[in-house]
Amino acid sequence: MLVTKYVITSTESNILPSDIAMKIYGSKYDVRVKETCFGVIVNGEEEVINSLVKEIRDLDPAGIFIKDRGFPPGDPRRCRGRRGGGARPGFYMIESESKMLPMISRALASEGKEAGAIPEKKKPLPIKRLEEIVKEG
Amino acid sequence: MAKVIVYPPTSMILSDLVERMGHKALVVPEAVRKLVTQNEIDSPPLNVTPEEPKKGLRYAAVDVPSGVRGRMALIGPLIEEAEAAIIVGDPGCLTGCAGCSRTNELVRLLIRTKGVPILDLAYPTDDAEARDFVQKIRTFLEGLK
Repeated sequence: MLVTKYVITSTESNILPSDIAMKIYGSKYDVRVKETCFGVIVNGEEEVINSLVKEIRDLDPAGIFIKDRGFPPGDPRRCRGRRGGGARPGFYMIESESKMLPMISRALASEGKEAGAIPEKKKPLPIKRLEEIVKEG
Repeated sequence: MAKVIVYPPTSMILSDLVERMGHKALVVPEAVRKLVTQNEIDSPPLNVTPEEPKKGLRYAAVDVPSGVRGRMALIGPLIEEAEAAIIVGDPGCLTGCAGCSRTNELVRLLIRTKGVPILDLAYPTDDAEARDFVQKIRTFLEGLK
């Protein structure tokens, strides 16, 4: 079965979408590739794509993220070139989550290393304590 | 390897972390792919036939908007298949097939009433929270058979 996957790079990754595209072009795999501003879209047989994706992830294990896509690349039902412009519906979710990718990448990279304790968030003053303060005053 | 449903069902970060840690993420694009890449498209352009809202009737009543039932036709079977769930509250940006608030309420309810192990999280806002986010997901997934 043909599957399509997004390969998305964190903005702090040293790997560019063009690097990934060039790696795929130079690989033995028979897949379709589309380079985008945030990564690449790859389309091919499921087993081929799964092994290709593993190789791509090895380029930067903490900085490359993989997501499934329903439509093949350039599909006229989703391609904005055929729909009169505008981002396709699923782009907003990717855009929203892309802002968090650098944090997640750093978290993945720091796994196994000793991380500092997570500071507790400041809680609002309990009402009972506030009443005590007022009575003390 | 457990089948883990993620909420939001289109989340890149959650599905990537689940797959990265050796489990199968149940996500909407897979369900969409089955419909739109069939050799025969019965109902162009997206192949959503009158059968889809009927499938949704298993999860929502007939007086519920057909959009909810249509979405549940995709997400409902994923919930039935799920062996565990990761839910991120207040995702902030949901569009497309994940952009219906009523469907999202129903999805969260069905996941919670299914009785599978659930991890509730919030999206991180700084590095410390991100480390905690990844660590909690890893611990949860390592605990699954």
